[in-house]
Amino acid sequence: MGPLAELRGITKTFGAVVANDSIDLRVLPGEVLALLGENGAGKSTLTRILYGLSQADSGSILVDGSEIRMHGPADAMAAGIGMVTQEFSLVDTMTVTENLMLAGSGLGRVNRSAAKAKVLEAAARIGVAIEPDAVVGTLSVGERQRVEIVKALFHDCRLLILDEPTAVLVPQDVAVLFESIRRLTADGMGVIFISHKLHEVVEIADRVSILRRGRIVADVPAEGLVPAQIAAMMVGSADPVAEAASGDVVEAEALATAVGLEAPGAGVAAGAGVGAGAVAGAGAGAAAGAGLPAGELSRSGVLDIDRITLAGTGKPLLDEVSLTVRAGEIVGVAGVSGNGQTELVSVLCGMTPASSGAVRVDGADITRLDVTERLRAGLGRLTEDRRGSVVLNLSVEQNLVLEDLDRFRTGPFTNRRRIKEHVAGLMERFDIRAKPGDPIRSLSGGNMQKVLLARAISREPKALVASQPTRGLDVGACEYVYSQLRALRERGAGVLVISEDLDELLGLCDRIVVMVSGRIAGDVRAAETSREELGLLMTGMTAGAGAHS
Amino acid sequence: MDFPLLAVLAATLTIATPLVWAALGALINERAGILNLGIEGTMYAGAFVGFLTAVTTGNPYLGLGTAVVAGLAAGALMGLLTVTLGVNQHVAGIGTTLLLVAACDFTNRLLFATGTQQAAASFERWFPGLGVLAQYPMTFVAFLVLAPLLWWVLRSTGFGLRLHAVGENPEAADAAGIPVARTRYAALMLGSALMAVGGSFLTLSLLGTFTLDIVSGRGWICIALVIFGRWKVWPVVAGALLFGFTDALQLQLAITPLFSGVPNELLIAFPYLVVIAALAVWGRRVRYPGAYLTPYRRA
Amino acid sequence: MKILLRAGESRWLAPAAVLGAVVLTLLLTAGPIRLAGANPVAAYQRYTINPLTTPGGIGDVLLAATPLLFTGLAVAVAFRVGYFNIGAEGQFLAGAIAATIPGLYLPGLPAALALPLAAASGALGGLLWGFLPAFLKRRAHIDEVVTTLLLNPVALLLVQGLLNGPWRNSETGFPDSDRYGAGYTLPTLAEGSRVHWGFVIGLALVVVVFVVMSFTPLGLRLRAAGQSPGAARFSGIRVTTLQFRSALVSGALAGLGGAVQVLGVQHQLTASISNGYGYTGVVVATLGALTAGGVLLVSLLLGDIAVGAQNASIALQLPTQMGAIVSSTLLLAVVALLAARRYRVVLRRPFVRRRSTAERGDS
Repeated sequence: MGPLAELRGITKTFGAVVANDSIDLRVLPGEVLALLGENGAGKSTLTRILYGLSQADSGSILVDGSEIRMHGPADAMAAGIGMVTQEFSLVDTMTVTENLMLAGSGLGRVNRSAAKAKVLEAAARIGVAIEPDAVVGTLSVGERQRVEIVKALFHDCRLLILDEPTAVLVPQDVAVLFESIRRLTADGMGVIFISHKLHEVVEIADRVSILRRGRIVADVPAEGLVPAQIAAMMVGSADPVAEAASGDVVEAEALATAVGLEAPGAGVAAGAGVGAGAVAGAGAGAAAGAGLPAGELSRSGVLDIDRITLAGTGKPLLDEVSLTVRAGEIVGVAGVSGNGQTELVSVLCGMTPASSGAVRVDGADITRLDVTERLRAGLGRLTEDRRGSVVLNLSVEQNLVLEDLDRFRTGPFTNRRRIKEHVAGLMERFDIRAKPGDPIRSLSGGNMQKVLLARAISREPKALVASQPTRGLDVGACEYVYSQLRALRERGAGVLVISEDLDELLGLCDRIVVMVSGRIAGDVRAAETSREELGLLMTGMTAGAGAHS
Repeated sequence: MDFPLLAVLAATLTIATPLVWAALGALINERAGILNLGIEGTMYAGAFVGFLTAVTTGNPYLGLGTAVVAGLAAGALMGLLTVTLGVNQHVAGIGTTLLLVAACDFTNRLLFATGTQQAAASFERWFPGLGVLAQYPMTFVAFLVLAPLLWWVLRSTGFGLRLHAVGENPEAADAAGIPVARTRYAALMLGSALMAVGGSFLTLSLLGTFTLDIVSGRGWICIALVIFGRWKVWPVVAGALLFGFTDALQLQLAITPLFSGVPNELLIAFPYLVVIAALAVWGRRVRYPGAYLTPYRRA
Repeated sequence: MKILLRAGESRWLAPAAVLGAVVLTLLLTAGPIRLAGANPVAAYQRYTINPLTTPGGIGDVLLAATPLLFTGLAVAVAFRVGYFNIGAEGQFLAGAIAATIPGLYLPGLPAALALPLAAASGALGGLLWGFLPAFLKRRAHIDEVVTTLLLNPVALLLVQGLLNGPWRNSETGFPDSDRYGAGYTLPTLAEGSRVHWGFVIGLALVVVVFVVMSFTPLGLRLRAAGQSPGAARFSGIRVTTLQFRSALVSGALAGLGGAVQVLGVQHQLTASISNGYGYTGVVVATLGALTAGGVLLVSLLLGDIAVGAQNASIALQLPTQMGAIVSSTLLLAVVALLAARRYRVVLRRPFVRRRSTAERGDS
């Protein structure tokens, strides 16, 4: 049987960076091809090219053996290629049916009732229920994803690209998704499945292709692969199969963890300690975290969240969240994204007023304070939206002092000399590799995070809220962030880390709470828990083993 | 005092006509995500070009046709600036208005240097037997054809869905294979053509001549009406009627002895203030199209 | 052909774009100038160089630049924080009206009292005219663009209403106000010149705005709020408050401009007092890159063109509106080319292997 689609010699460069380096790839009918690689390996560039959202510098795309000229997604769709990305391509203000009618409806009259019937039929084909007249903006994440898949089927899609489809799903929705994928491949459809969760990959994939630095480094059947082997191939050991076979699974696991992958296979066996050790690098941090004497922990909270509620349109986004971070403690917040973490951070940072409840920093009520007053009260902030936390058009120097301008004024004027000294000190101390006058938009993610760390930590906050502090960063930058957070803890501050990366939380935190549907669903000591227990808590089930506290 | 209600209502329709054309044009633009502050200049250009053609050819239909062409050109200019180049829409719109007004004034001065106002061949009212109730053809077209047709197009055609999508979430539209730039150009050109027709109504139907203050902020009124009507056809038409009614009312009051002491200009200003008040009451925290004021580029 | 976003930007591109825009403007406006029967080169010479060749001409340029300094600053101050005040026209008129009140009703005041009073009154008038949109924006999130725009024709109607009603000229009966008391005359800078102290006030305000924007924490906050409101809010900057206050300052600046115009030039209120200065302020501020220095430069440039356009209308029978065509074309050309510099054009069909034709197009 010939391949459904084939990529030949696809090359794409962005400036000096080669995102895709003459890539060959083929997908067979009825096959799930897992496309793997670290962040920045070129996966999304490749899929964007295949879907016509981006044009390759050279190379060709063949569907059913004939070359397709790809000028835009319309060409991809016409060729039977569909894509579902993490960020859904749905118009929130339209109904499900209208969204599905968008593509290929032409300019003339649209036939709503026929489209509605088609929606129901496509939904039945993947075995889910969808309300065709529902406005998309009112649907849950899982429902929207199903709409996306139905949308692809709507246009007689035969090759479906799923870009990290499970990143935003609760386990129940993942099960539904996998069932849908199986139904589709049984019909002869090809699926390209991109994921960071290797246990999912081994569960669903028929074949695994691995990208590293823009090149395909492995293309092997999934049959019999274990996550550790895949991880080893991804981070690039010389002979992956031999290494995995030699039993050096733990090292591969550590490597995988370091690049932000979830590889639970070995994690189960080795327990939380391995994950922690991997994150801590030398493993010393984990010991320090676990070794705090009980007396220290009983100290009063530096960050005290007291029954915070945030009303939503339907059920509350935050529902009586209570949580205390004590001095010298790092507390992690785990949870599937969309369960209130973003809202909690927003409330703590002073961007959204809480509907009820109180937040105290070192005993002082900051609930009604504005951002500046919160900072003065000793709150530090590090959010997941780094580019939204800096003014991109201003310089590194200006961004570093933006929150402290009043400290650098002489009369009504800015004291530039003092700013220069202050900034030079910060850039030295936090190893920011840029010139003070550089526009901050030109900085890499890691460097930008260092600027934000410098801005937050240099004020010596009593409590620091750090949301997804290492998302998108390379290994070195992650390590740096961890070391700074630990150092802050050692200096007696409390740190609240919100992360979707369980290994990160297990390695960094003293205590971990789990958020489900805007509530705190569990509170466990990091040293005494496991990925499994946390995973169970994240699904909203009360863990039998959760009685540590 | 007899209040001539029928006459005021008839005048309401007449006065609302150019606003319906232009505001629905602005609605199409904004549905596609573009605030077109070129509207004032585009109406002005439609008024002037239509007038000029009618004066030279003696045919108001030709005037209407050239006004449409002028509108298409103005829309294409806005498209070049805001869609292709991604220029700030406020600046592009104000610049377009200034350019169009200056160009029309320049030509006007060049051709009619003597300053005498020329009368152009203009549209006659239909059904003159109805007296004060008789209306111009473009009034019938505005209320009986344009508004229902646009309502249907926006709701039940692929073009309507495309406009909604490129104005709300151009990334999604692009992913659905909709040509975002081309759709926005189409919206701008179509919408600007409607604005120009609205402008031409002032010269070709209402006045039969061209004056420098002929549009006098009606374009800005239309922008307000679109927000007031929350980007929906019938509420925008209702807003135009509201303005038309207050304007007709002030015209009536101006010739009522009771109000003879009130300066005419203050009465003329009244409808503008009513629109601002309406905006203040019903325009609070409206939900703008998702991609309003935002140029689209593929990442 | 394909248009792609540039990865980086070289330093010479922005100046090159501005230069290109000037050339483009000259090319685009040459057609209508020819059409009007004039020689484009002669016209451009009149528009740009001639006014600057005589002391009187330079004076006229400064005089023409004076109201633009105020409205340009007004628009720049507001745009800078992301408040799109397009109502400088109405605020300018409101300022002129407000300055007229003491001028007509307290005619006997000596200059030392009259001028500050009238100027303050004008600034207050502009501020009040800008207050409603700013208030509605802050309280009810009502788009300031629409409300500021709508108040422009209302202000003009107010001027006309006053001039046709209570302020009709008592001697001539024309719709111009009476002349103000003697104390309400801004002195000229030099004997025989028409340039008045309003220009100096404008210059002083340029300096004040420059210093505030460049050397104070407030300036940095304003810039942050305008460029990235979300990030500014995150950093504890009260964006809506800053916008509100800037809107009022903007209105006051435009209103002061209106006051200066009646006190320095007309010495009475007339319906044609504004002449579109408020809308031109948008041109000035945009071309001046929303900076104080830029506003000064562009005001002088547009003043030069305006004086040149007056000259050309007499000497070349070229209607004065050509000046407005030139300045609005220049605005659009500059913003267009500055935007275009972010893209590079690739003359190659996407996604096929390079072929000989494609490579020819690429070079």
